Amino acid sequence: MDAAALIASLQDAVPGVQFESVPSVDLQTTIYVPADAVVATVRALRDRSDLAFTLLAELTAVDFWPTEPRFEVVYILVSPTNRLRLRLKVRLHAESARIATLTGLWPAANWLEREVWDLFGIVFEGHPDPRRLLMPEDWDGFPLRKDYPVQIRKTPITNEPLQVTAEQFRENVERDRLTRS
Amino acid sequence: MPDIRTETMTVNMGPQHPSTHGVLRLVLELDGETVRSCAPTIGYLHTGIEKTCEQKKWQQVIPLVERMDYLSAQSNSMAFCLSVERLLGLEVPERVTNIRLLIAELQRINSHLVWLGTHGMEVGAVSVMLYCFRERELLLNINEMLAGFRLFPSYMRVGGLREDLPRGFHAAVTAFLDRFGPKLDEYEDLLTANEIYLKRTQGVGVISKEDALACSLVGPIARAAGVDYDVRKYFPYLGYDTYEFAVPTETAGDVYARYKVRVAEMRESAKICRQAMKRIPPTGAYAVDDPRITPPPKDRVYTEMEALIQHFLIYSQGFTVPRGEAYVPVEGPRGEQGYYIVSDGTNRPWRVKSRAPSLLACQALERLIVGGLIADVIAVIGSIDVVMGDVDR
Amino acid sequence: MGLESEIPVLTTTVEKMVQWARRSSIWPVTFGLACCAIEMMAMSCSRYDVARFGAEVFRGSPRQSDLMIVAGRLSRKMAPALRRIYDQMPEPKWVISMGACASIGGVFDNYALVQGVDQIVPVDVFVPGCPPRPESLIYGIVQLQRKIDQQKLA
Repeated sequence: MDAAALIASLQDAVPGVQFESVPSVDLQTTIYVPADAVVATVRALRDRSDLAFTLLAELTAVDFWPTEPRFEVVYILVSPTNRLRLRLKVRLHAESARIATLTGLWPAANWLEREVWDLFGIVFEGHPDPRRLLMPEDWDGFPLRKDYPVQIRKTPITNEPLQVTAEQFRENVERDRLTRS
Repeated sequence: MPDIRTETMTVNMGPQHPSTHGVLRLVLELDGETVRSCAPTIGYLHTGIEKTCEQKKWQQVIPLVERMDYLSAQSNSMAFCLSVERLLGLEVPERVTNIRLLIAELQRINSHLVWLGTHGMEVGAVSVMLYCFRERELLLNINEMLAGFRLFPSYMRVGGLREDLPRGFHAAVTAFLDRFGPKLDEYEDLLTANEIYLKRTQGVGVISKEDALACSLVGPIARAAGVDYDVRKYFPYLGYDTYEFAVPTETAGDVYARYKVRVAEMRESAKICRQAMKRIPPTGAYAVDDPRITPPPKDRVYTEMEALIQHFLIYSQGFTVPRGEAYVPVEGPRGEQGYYIVSDGTNRPWRVKSRAPSLLACQALERLIVGGLIADVIAVIGSIDVVMGDVDR
Repeated sequence: MGLESEIPVLTTTVEKMVQWARRSSIWPVTFGLACCAIEMMAMSCSRYDVARFGAEVFRGSPRQSDLMIVAGRLSRKMAPALRRIYDQMPEPKWVISMGACASIGGVFDNYALVQGVDQIVPVDVFVPGCPPRPESLIYGIVQLQRKIDQQKLA
């Protein structure tokens, strides 16, 4: 199904939304959706029988800093029954990097959106569990943004509850060093 | 009679555990032996591979993506090469396509052997691990023959392969395939009708067909639940539609069904390998004939000036990929995987995102474990075949 | 060692006995993190049988083991867990850092990995490779055995 037929079907289901199609070189038809229409569009894609995109294959984001709009959230949907693949993209600006969550439609979106929040800092409104997924809970910053450095020089934190005094700890280290000859 | 305390007990199955297949942390809330709730925590193996890939040139990304899902290494690099070649608009020679298919199926057998070995060991059948790793050594010998390295050969390149097939490759693969069929029957003898194994795995970790689709599960887990989705049949690549093979499915959705699906998949992979072997001549083209991408053979580099310049340009600045994006899905041992790559027209990727089937399998773990016994947790984690390198990347 | 002829008695020192006992039964704790863990498992299987060197029993609990083979890449999130496992091991204990990622950060010089496990625990033997062949790891264990032979008791 090419982009025009898909958009016609979607205009029928979700009237009043501006869809924009772009050419793509791979199996996925690519269309852009405005951020406020994502949930309605995806629900229509999943529930209409001629579309039946029942599998959420991928949910990720790309950072185009320093050009604006900075972020693009990418959804890849698959319809096994109709043998179709679709790539939905949403443009977001840096100061309004918020989008509605898809966890109501697919439980699978839960961790995928947590990962995008963790690595990019895009807020998913309505998410039941907005915590970091891959980085430690107290990490500062969003690593996959383009203005975050690749290499950082930081001593690793190995916090152990300290139950010895500083004197005793020094003695322990000395004794450890001496027995390792 | 003293009052019996009935509150639940919270147990941490920590990142270091013999049976969690890597660094997965489960905080289990137990009521006696029954699991009431489970909170998986991941990220203990997060390596920032995707960010590192943005700093490397396109060919340099291949060793990095191989190390993401370290049990299906050559599937990973093949998926990446397919995506880049789609963006470049390259047509690789047919021989290369057939060799890639053969290597991908051998990698599937490799990964399933590791799964069978570790799963058997955790459920109690320790000899299965020794047998499976012994078969795997033959496959690793083949890898070593190809590119000198056992686990991560980096044999796939954008545009084809690194070099031509070595002498003795056909003999080695044929010897392996001849030996593998009867040996797999022996291993099935140990487990398939084994009463202890049946009691431990039937009815354990059940997931329904609708739940599997809602959780975006693909691969053997979904096929064992009745979702008949296999990228090789639905969206064929590498010429899979010209091969004769079946995609095994079951309907029970429990650990035993996943075991049967994977063992059947190993047999189908062996069948595909035999068909592929007939289509591969021992020598011939091993890469696309594009001077920007494929380095010239070394004897020409040492004697001709143009070849030297071409070699230098390829290895110093690499090739550029036109602006755009591509995602080519392949069927890895764990399900649909692929690399969503975004290029900005330079010689380095702008974004490389790996579609990780293990991440979604890990997320679905909660549904599979809750309500079962703590002893079943080990069997279930083994059956969903998570590789933490793929989950955390 | 003195050998009395005709009397089946060997004399040696207590130190040598203890060293021999320690080096011949180094039991590792399972600390496989990533790809190197697969080669570590292959090392303990039938082709590269590490049971010949006494190290085949991979204990699940750190409190019952002597050796920690850090096999794989150590992320910053995992670092406290590594230190905790190391601290739970009783003396005498040794650490083998297996692979490039554990030794120096490997191919991944970025925000997420600790660039070398020796920033956190003292390492006795570094085994390079990505992943090291099982024979390399066995060679690392043999080197550790030679190191133990030179460790004094007091």
